[in-house]
Formats: sequence, structure tokens, C-alpha cells
Amino acid sequence: MNTPTPQDGGQKRTLLQSLELDTRLLGMIGAFVVICLVFNVITDGRFLTPRNIFNLSIQTVSVAIMATGMVFVIVTRHIDLSVGAVLAICSSVMGVMQVQLLPQLFGIGHPLVMPLTVLAGLLTGAAIGALNGWLVGYQRIPAFIVTLGGLLIWRNVGWYLTDGQTVGPLDQTFMLFGGVEGTVGSALSWGLAIVFSVLAVFGLWRARQAKIHHEFPVKPLWAEGALMATSVAAILGFVAILNSYAIPVGRLKREFESRGEVMPEGYVDYFGLPISVLMLVVIVVVMTLVARKTRLGRYIFAAGGNPDAAELSGINTRMLTVKIFTLMGVLCAISAMVAQARLANHTNDIGSLDELRVIAAAVIGGTALAGGIGTIYGAVLGAVIMQSLQSGMAMVGVDAPFQNIVVGGVLVLAVWIDIQYRKRTGEKV
Amino acid sequence: MSHRGTPLVEMRDISIAFGGIKAVDHVTIDLYPGEVVGLLGHNGAGKSTLIKCLSGAYQMDSGAIYINGEKAEIRNPRDARAYNIETIYQTLALADNLDAASNLFLGRELVTPFGFVDDAQMEAETRKIMGRLNPNFRKFKEPVKALSGGQRQSVAIARAVYFNAKILIMDEPTAALGPHETQMVAELIEELKAQGLGIFLIEHDIHNVMRLCDRASVMKNGQLVGTVNVKDVTDEDILGMIILGKKPEGVAC
Repeated sequence: MNTPTPQDGGQKRTLLQSLELDTRLLGMIGAFVVICLVFNVITDGRFLTPRNIFNLSIQTVSVAIMATGMVFVIVTRHIDLSVGAVLAICSSVMGVMQVQLLPQLFGIGHPLVMPLTVLAGLLTGAAIGALNGWLVGYQRIPAFIVTLGGLLIWRNVGWYLTDGQTVGPLDQTFMLFGGVEGTVGSALSWGLAIVFSVLAVFGLWRARQAKIHHEFPVKPLWAEGALMATSVAAILGFVAILNSYAIPVGRLKREFESRGEVMPEGYVDYFGLPISVLMLVVIVVVMTLVARKTRLGRYIFAAGGNPDAAELSGINTRMLTVKIFTLMGVLCAISAMVAQARLANHTNDIGSLDELRVIAAAVIGGTALAGGIGTIYGAVLGAVIMQSLQSGMAMVGVDAPFQNIVVGGVLVLAVWIDIQYRKRTGEKV
Repeated sequence: MSHRGTPLVEMRDISIAFGGIKAVDHVTIDLYPGEVVGLLGHNGAGKSTLIKCLSGAYQMDSGAIYINGEKAEIRNPRDARAYNIETIYQTLALADNLDAASNLFLGRELVTPFGFVDDAQMEAETRKIMGRLNPNFRKFKEPVKALSGGQRQSVAIARAVYFNAKILIMDEPTAALGPHETQMVAELIEELKAQGLGIFLIEHDIHNVMRLCDRASVMKNGQLVGTVNVKDVTDEDILGMIILGKKPEGVAC
């Protein structure tokens, strides 16, 4: 492999420069590690157990999925205050479909119930999102107003669909989206971990090859290797933790009994990766590809950086707004699937205040409300940090009002740090 | 200057009004290949509005645009691009948060066979064209907000050149630039002219007009005062047209 010559003179590069890592990302990971360690010490090691990490993961998924879409919304200088309400109406539509309508047509537990339910939910989310986008993009109503209206409208439309009642029990197949009920087991988890690791290494290697092909400077081989090793270690480590969370014995016994078998003595099995977490992983990968590697993503960031320039460059920014809000609506529907299955019911207050959590996650993750800046992984990390704070404080026994005070304070602090960071690196705030 | 053949652009009898105020009032101008036509006038004279009808940013109320003698329908910036009309705006219409290559190809990205944007290929093309236009340009990785006014302007010009513009609209291209960078842009205009492009140049600086333009069309209060060959007039004549709306005597237009 040829070693390309360094471009700008022979100045010695620091470790961080060689790795070409996003220092903002490192800062967030650092903050997350500190939060975990502090809670782990206070709770005498209960915070960083496989069980708690498993729970944290499945609790984060719903907000994290919506936060990836909120990045696009905020990057284009809009806001969506209606995500919690859209989640609620998608959930109520799916609840009515799978509990009342479809079982009447096909019978309870029919294999078509789950796919048709999901389809109805996704269509509901997409339609509401498209309506929001049309009102914002073509009718020029500020997104704040359109979605503030949506916040009041959609949850209550859902209320009428279900007469305000809790809807359940849900379809058994549908319950797989929830987490505890739907994990892929340890063997498949290891398999997936290896697939993801190979893909990560392959992706990094391909990017390097493309740079070499065009004779651009690349980072030193050791730095590339370190990056690959870290990614693989993170993937395998996460799966190893989830794979060491044993399924409770009572539950295993019930499962064996339901199949008419007797559980062998000393039998153990592990949860492994939850399906909801896998959905999040797929969504993060797809959304990151959209952001970085598609025209749509390029236009989203261009329109956020300079809407006039985007329009003058021939980008149809109105249609772009419709696409972004439609995508947000679809992601709300997917979040509704996960949230509803995790709670095992549709309830009226599902997703309450999620709009604030989702916006906070995106903003803590470095998405600038001024537009043009934001990353998908940042928003997910923001969601993870918020969820860790909240469940950590709950474990420690912090009063509920004080939990909210802390989360609010962290939100403002995170944005302040971000502004200071940008000032230092000479970016415009 | 004698023009033979059909003009590259002819804007015939263009009018556009905003809420009762006639921003452009029955104006006719034209442009031939290899020619720079200056558009002059006070702020609010209507020159930017007129030219935005050509670039697709505004729609005229009445009148017609002919490109190479054929009637052209320009409803938005995409239509304008289809006629190889490129615009370099006074406000430097670049997305500040994207790098030079992303801006150069904005709206016309190169894609891989899988439909993904081909950043490496675009950067390579950007390096090629910038090597020709502005060999000192180095900041390919930074967002363009990290660039100087001249560097940004060279990205905007590179965009027009790369996509084989036939008709170039430059709205005060040197307004935000220092003397050295102004010189660089002036040389670029000469080169583009030699390649046979037609250039509309909106310009306030009378010296730049005398130096760069072949003809000058002067507007006042939305109306065309007149079009003169720059060689046949003095800068006082042109100032008289701009300020008093008075056509110099004995000059053929």
C-alpha cells in the first residue's frame, strides 16, 4: 500500500488529528462514560449490570428513533413539536387495528394481523407528516405553529378513536417489537455482532481505498487500524453484555411448559439483542447514509445552511420540507410500534412529553437550532445520555421533580458547552 | 460594435411589478456571445429584478425571453439551468456549512451506480477545476464559511464554468472583494469572454464597467435609459445616464 505524502507541509500531527475523530463526539462519549461510572459507584455496581444495560437500551429506542428524524427537521431550521402526539395517534390506530378490527376479520393471532397493523401505523404517520410538511413548505406556516397545533390535535384524535380507553392485549407477534418479549437469543446475537463488525471494518477500508484512488491524503495505517479495532470492540462488547443477561428461570419454565416440555435441570438461556435495538441500529445506519451519501441528505444540509442558496441552486426546497416531515412521521410510527409493544398496551398518554425528549436528544447531540449542523449518531447518543440520567436518578431514588430539574439543567448546559466549543474552534455560533 | 446573427439572450419588453410599484417597466436588453454587457443604475433601479427574471428567481408579469432566437420559458432556477444560464449572486449563494465540492455540485451531484453521492469523485473534479481557476486554493475539506471572499467567489465562478454555462449573470461579483481578488475575478471574466460566453454584469463601480464591459445598459426607476457601446462614451456620459437618466448625444446604441 502506498503511503501518500502529507499535504500541508511537514507539521507533526497530534494523536487526535491522526485519528481524524470528531472531538465533539469524543466529548459526548466522555460525558456518557462519566455519567455511567458515577451512577455505578452510587448504586454499588447496580447501574452497569447486563440487566440494567438491557433495560436502558430498550427504554431509549423509542426516543432515539424519533431523534434521528428530528435532526433533519432541525437542520432545515424547522421544529416538530407534534412527535409525541403523532406517536400517540399511530399507536391508537395500530391498537384498534390489531385488537378490534383485524381479529374480527381474521381471528386472533392470525399471521396477517401484525403486518397490516404496522402498515396502517406507518401510513398514518406518513400522512400526518406529509400534511405537516405541506403546511410548512407550501403554505408557509411556521413549523412551530403547525406542529404546536398538531400537538393538541393528534393525541386527542387518537383519544376519540379509542374512546379514551386503554387498548390491549396486543397481538403476540406485534409484541416482539417491545424488547423483553422480542430478543433474538445469544447465538444469533453473536452472529449479527460479527456481521456488523465485518461491515464496519469493510466500510472504513472502502472509504480509505476511495481516498487513495483519488490520491487524497489518508490517515496513517495505525490510526485506521485503531479505529477499526475500537468499532469492533464496541460492537462485540455491547453484544457480550446483552448476551450475559440471563432469562429468569421462571420465565424459561413457562416457555417450556407452553411447548409441552419439561425444562432440563440447570438450563440457562440469555436474552441477547432485542429486536427493537436492532431496528434502531438499522434506522441509524440508513439515516446516516441518507444524511451523508444521498442527494436528499445533501439538500437537507444545504437548505439548512443557506435556504436561498439551496433554492437558487435549483433545489425544490418546498418538496424537500414535505419529504423531511413525512420521514419524521414514519419514524414516529415506528417509535409507536416499539413504545406500544414495550408497554404491552395502547394508552392515552403514550409518548407524552416525548416531543421535548426528542428535541432535547437532538440538541444535546449537537444539532444546532440555527440549522445546517447535526449528526444522527449525536442525536442517538443524546437520547442515550438523557435516558441514562433519568433511569440512573430513578435507581438512586432521586425525587421525580428533581429528576426533571437535572435533565433540564443538563440540556441548557450541553448547549452552552457546544457554543463555547464552537467559539473556540472558530465556527460561527 | 456590430452584431451579426441572433443574440444569445434577448429580453423583450419585460415588465414586473410588486404591489403596484413597477420595478421593471417595459425593458428590452440583449446579449451576444463573447460579450460583457454591464447593467447599471442606482439601488432600486430595477437591474437586479430584471436579471432575476432571467435566472428564474422571479417571474415576469409580461414580456418574453429569447435564447438563441427561440422563446424560452423560465419559471424557476432549474429551468434557467437547463438553458445553461448560471448566476453568481452578490450575496454569494453558497451553503456555508458545506465544503467547496458540495457547493460546486449542489443540485447536480455526481452519483455512484448505486445512487449515492460520489464525494471522492466530486472532490477530484473540484481540485481539477480550481487548479485551473485559482491554483492557490487549498481548503477543499473545510466548510466554505472558512474561506475568504475571493475564495468563495472563485467557488461560485467554478460552479458556472464547470457546468458549461453559456450565459453568465454576475451580480456585483467584486463587491465583497479586496483589490487583489478583484483583479483575479477581472481576469476570469476576460477568460470566460474569450471562451465565447455571454456575461451580464451588474456593477456599481464605474471603473470596472469601463474596464470589463463591451456595452452598458443603464436603468433608472425601472425603465431603460439606454444601451451604449462603452468604447464610444466616457465615464461621465455613463454617470449622467445613471444619475440624470439622460442619454449622451450622438451615440449610436
